[in-house]
Amino acid sequence: MFKFFVIPGHDRRLIPEGRLSGPMPWVIAIMIFLTVLATAAGLAMTRAMGDVSDELSSRATVQIIEANPQTRSSQAQAAARQLRAMPLINEVRVLPPAEIKALIEPWLGTQDLEDDIPLPALIDVKMVRAATDAEYQSLRSALQSTAPGARIEPSSGYIAPVFSLVRSFQWIAFGLVTLLALATGAAVIISARSALNTHTETIAVVHLLGGTDQQISRLFQRRIALDALLGGLIGLIGGAVIIWLISGQLSALGSGLVQSVGLDWWSWLIIAVIPILGMFLAMVTAKLTVIGALKKIL
Amino acid sequence: MDEIVRFENVGLRYGAGAETLADLNFTLYPGSFYFLTGASGAGKTSLLKLLYLSQRPSRGVIRLFGEDAVTMPRERLPGFRRRIGVVFQDFRLVPHLSAFDNIALPLRVAGVREKDLETPVAEMLDWVGLGDRASARPATLSGGEQQRVAIARAVIGRPEILVADEPTGNVDPEMAIRLLQLFEALNTLGTTIVVATHDIHLLSKIPGAQMMRLEKGMLADPTGSLRHPPRPADQMQ
Repeated sequence: MFKFFVIPGHDRRLIPEGRLSGPMPWVIAIMIFLTVLATAAGLAMTRAMGDVSDELSSRATVQIIEANPQTRSSQAQAAARQLRAMPLINEVRVLPPAEIKALIEPWLGTQDLEDDIPLPALIDVKMVRAATDAEYQSLRSALQSTAPGARIEPSSGYIAPVFSLVRSFQWIAFGLVTLLALATGAAVIISARSALNTHTETIAVVHLLGGTDQQISRLFQRRIALDALLGGLIGLIGGAVIIWLISGQLSALGSGLVQSVGLDWWSWLIIAVIPILGMFLAMVTAKLTVIGALKKIL
Repeated sequence: MDEIVRFENVGLRYGAGAETLADLNFTLYPGSFYFLTGASGAGKTSLLKLLYLSQRPSRGVIRLFGEDAVTMPRERLPGFRRRIGVVFQDFRLVPHLSAFDNIALPLRVAGVREKDLETPVAEMLDWVGLGDRASARPATLSGGEQQRVAIARAVIGRPEILVADEPTGNVDPEMAIRLLQLFEALNTLGTTIVVATHDIHLLSKIPGAQMMRLEKGMLADPTGSLRHPPRPADQMQ
């Protein structure tokens, strides 16, 4: 597969190698740079979605909607006791009123609204695993006796629209990577055809002296593969620097959800492989282009 | 004697135009020397292109080394081309390669190892009188020197057929005779030589060479006598 990298020097001289002299490595560098960013965005969203999904799929919130504060409080305590006794439930926490106030503060402000708007009691429930619809239904039925005004909402329900949006972004990132791969292939085709046109006479002579299509295409493959690898490494370094800077800024935001938008080691591994994949894409495209062009001459 | 090349009713047409070559019927034998003559535009270069497999005919049959070259799969052509040496009219040297590398090209294409080609290439450079210009690039060589490099490149692989298109066109008469002597020496080693020329004075320099004359793309009656040099097997007897 890598035979073209060990072409003897005298054969390599047949097609003069002017790396970095032409636009090809820089075009590839830009393509790989954008591919790295799109891939990183896709991978970061996948990771964040996975983390959040794992966290929320086994969580639920019980709301006790009751106008009388005393009844509401006693129902909340009774419901919490009942929940703790269930094997499906791992952890139960009744949110203190201060915490509930803090939750609605961004929308309703800091004034004391407790008398005007009866806030529900909230119980944060963590289950041993993600519950099924039937299990939620039986939980609701069980709580009806102790807290008739109780509502159980799976936490995953709140985040579903966000997941849908993130999935859309993932598809956009995947589409961008595909488009960039196609654009890289097109750039390689143009470059290979240009190189073929430049060296038409040399190719014709080598052909007439008994050179095979494979011998000639290997020369172009090697040159374009090295250009692609060089451009790819430049693009990778540029992309990695940008990701690193953005990661730092996201960490500084301090939001739990945003902080989970990061890259783990295997994501970095995938990103590191992009220039090599780009090189193979360029190599295969160059080979097909050159062989296709050579077949048009006898 | 076995034939090395046979043309049967061969015609060549470029695009939709009239036939450049028509109704060619001839046979070339191993170890023979042929001059191909004719006025400019008679079709000499086109005939040579058919011989060195740069072109397929529009019609007819060409048998080369005993095989049908017209229907031969494209993948097999390189192997046959390596058995044919070509001196192009315009030399077609690779401009960014030295004289040494240009001459070594057929050997490298054939996969000869680097250590095995230095001596023959150096000898070939001496043979054409360019031993001191090994590292010179074509642009720095005179027309005659370029032609000698082209000839050295054509013969370095000891081809079974040597096809030369106006090989003496750019050299002085003395060098022209010397080049013909080189061809004759190669011919005595068994190579079939086909030299296209419009210089009728050259024809007398190789006694016994056969002449083929093209007129408006058709082969006129051949004149001259056919010469069959002794084959190595005959010489040993």
